Amino acid sequence: MVPISYYLGLSAILFSLGVVGFLIKRNLITLFMSIELMLNAVNLAFVAFAWQWKSLNGQVFVFFVMVVAAAEAAVGLAIIIAVFRTRETLNVDRVNLLKL
Amino acid sequence: MKPHLHLWLIPLLPLVGAAINGLLGRRFPKRAVAWVGNVFVGASCAMAWWVFARFLSLPHEMLPYVRDYATWIRAGDFSVSYGVYLDQLSMVMVLAVTSVGFLIHIYSIGYMAHEGGYYRFFAYLNLFMFFMLTLVLANNYLVMFIGWEGVGLASYLLIGFFFLRDSAASAGKKAFIVNRIGDFGFLIALFLLIKHFGYLDFGRLFPMISKLGVENAAPGLLTAIGLLLMMGAAGKSAQLPLYVWLPDAMEGPTPVSALIHAATMVTAGVYMVARSNVIFNRAPSAMLVVAIVGCLTALFAATIGMAQTDIKKVLAYSTISQLGYMFLACGVAAFSAGIFHLMTHAFFKGLLFLGAGSVIHALGGEQDMRRMGGLRKHIPWTFWTMTAATFAIAGIPPFAGFFSKDEILWSAFSSRYGSWIFWAIGLLTAFLTSFYMFRLWFLTFFGEFRGAEASAGEPGHGHIHESPRVMLIPLAILAVLSVIGGWIGWPESLGGTQRFDHFLSPAFGTHAEEAAVAAAEHSKELLLAGVSVLAALLGLFLAWLLYQRRRDLPDKIAAALGGLYTTVRDKYYVDEGYAAAIVQPLIKGSTYILWRGIDAGAIDATANESAETAQHVSDALRHMQSGNVRSYAGWVAAGAALVIAYMVYLGVRG
Repeated sequence: MVPISYYLGLSAILFSLGVVGFLIKRNLITLFMSIELMLNAVNLAFVAFAWQWKSLNGQVFVFFVMVVAAAEAAVGLAIIIAVFRTRETLNVDRVNLLKL
Repeated sequence: MKPHLHLWLIPLLPLVGAAINGLLGRRFPKRAVAWVGNVFVGASCAMAWWVFARFLSLPHEMLPYVRDYATWIRAGDFSVSYGVYLDQLSMVMVLAVTSVGFLIHIYSIGYMAHEGGYYRFFAYLNLFMFFMLTLVLANNYLVMFIGWEGVGLASYLLIGFFFLRDSAASAGKKAFIVNRIGDFGFLIALFLLIKHFGYLDFGRLFPMISKLGVENAAPGLLTAIGLLLMMGAAGKSAQLPLYVWLPDAMEGPTPVSALIHAATMVTAGVYMVARSNVIFNRAPSAMLVVAIVGCLTALFAATIGMAQTDIKKVLAYSTISQLGYMFLACGVAAFSAGIFHLMTHAFFKGLLFLGAGSVIHALGGEQDMRRMGGLRKHIPWTFWTMTAATFAIAGIPPFAGFFSKDEILWSAFSSRYGSWIFWAIGLLTAFLTSFYMFRLWFLTFFGEFRGAEASAGEPGHGHIHESPRVMLIPLAILAVLSVIGGWIGWPESLGGTQRFDHFLSPAFGTHAEEAAVAAAEHSKELLLAGVSVLAALLGLFLAWLLYQRRRDLPDKIAAALGGLYTTVRDKYYVDEGYAAAIVQPLIKGSTYILWRGIDAGAIDATANESAETAQHVSDALRHMQSGNVRSYAGWVAAGAALVIAYMVYLGVRG
């Protein structure tokens, strides 16, 4: 029986990795993947608690998060492609005008 | 059941004329403008005479005829209505204003024919008539005050009629501002009346006041109100010390000087004091002040008038002096004498101004009497009408001025409030009046023409020409009135009936026994009248000697008098004194304290400082919004870290 603190620790580590990755990377795709990493770290925490407290609420939330993440991925990738077409770069430091 | 007199039409007709000419007149041809301007005033005048005919047949218990048309202000117990108050006093005023006003309107058709802004002129003139009639017909002090301010506005607009000329524009402003000082007193008087009596209607106020006792020993409320009202009257009627605007007001076109600054508006102060006779009768100290101000102004202005060379300036100072007579009359409780002089003065002074306008017109704009002379043969109509007016103002019988001036002098001597000093000053003024008026008469119409003939080449002004008929007819009518206008007040001492006084006496509540006392002293009255006629003839003789017989003497006398002469010629330096004592400190104070100190130093500085602070703060904050996604993410992460740290801290402490 793995104690819940292990799951939470792993979740925190993954989330921190996502945050750090988002802050230090420049490539838009990488930033995107960092966001996914943070979302999944949160998912892990949800299922861990759901298992701990024998409640389905956590599981349901995970599905919600996954649906939202999928939608976000679709929109986000479309934006990234549009940015790349106009600027021919994926460097986030060059995309700072709130417009294409 | 009261008969309908439709008095509201009298002031409103000129307003309609003013509206039509003012709003649409620019597109009208000159003839149409003149017709509109004159028809409405003429209708108002006809209406006034119709009302007069009905008025005479009204039974006495119906007087004063008061009618409220609408409520204007209602606040708690206090209410003010638009309404009319017609008694003998306002009847006389309405007749004088509409009749003289109508004649001057006719005259203006000719006089203003060559000037620009024809429609503007008639619109303002009609507007003036509206306000003046509102003033005299008002049934309470507040509506009277509207008229009072309104005539001030019209006067301002008309003094500054040639607004491209800087002196005209400043003269207009000066008149307006000096009048404000007097109006301040008038307003305070109204506030005192509201506070202590709760009414401003004449119909309710005067019976309340007449129940109060005479403030003989201790000056009190009524004295204060009287003095404040007198302050207002001094501003409007150009009395000491607020007379300075009237000579400058001669910048306006001459018909305006005749109508507003001689015949009607400036007499509004006299009317107001006479209307408030109930108050003044109970405040002897205020009466004394009125009399002193009146007789000092009369003398003071007359002396200045002697040394002026501009024909209109002489008449302006003469107007101030004659207004002083009217106040002297009011100050010795001879209100009907004051109003009588007001009326005859409207005739002859209006005529003098119109005649002066005709002279100026004939000479193509020349106003300096030193460049006139010998005009008798060139403009005979003007000469003869002016002669009638000059004899009238000089007080030579049987012209109108003799009767009214003599009644004032007799009242100043014999009245309960009078004294021989008032009479003596009045007599001296009468002599000076006669002198400077005949000086004007001789300088203008006799001797050789002294003007330059250089202007002979100019079109339209090639030679001295008599004015058109449209200007001469009003002159002729006013000349007739200047001769016979005084006969309605033919004194009892000369076998007359003094009808004017008897007509007005109900409005002033004159006591019967005083009339009886006066009747007993007819011989004395005749003696004094003889003395004043002698004074007038002496003035005539002196003027003839100096300006006809020995033309070299005036300059010699002026040289001999030296400083005294220049002081009088320069109007006692009153304008300069006011400039140094009041205007300059105000300008300095406004510039250095109010403008640079408070406005720029405090108010602007506060606003600018706070704006700059906001700018600095936002400049610092601006750099946080770089548009860089990762820096935003950094701020979010830092914020989250802070929140987590705080939660952990709470958890550790808890």
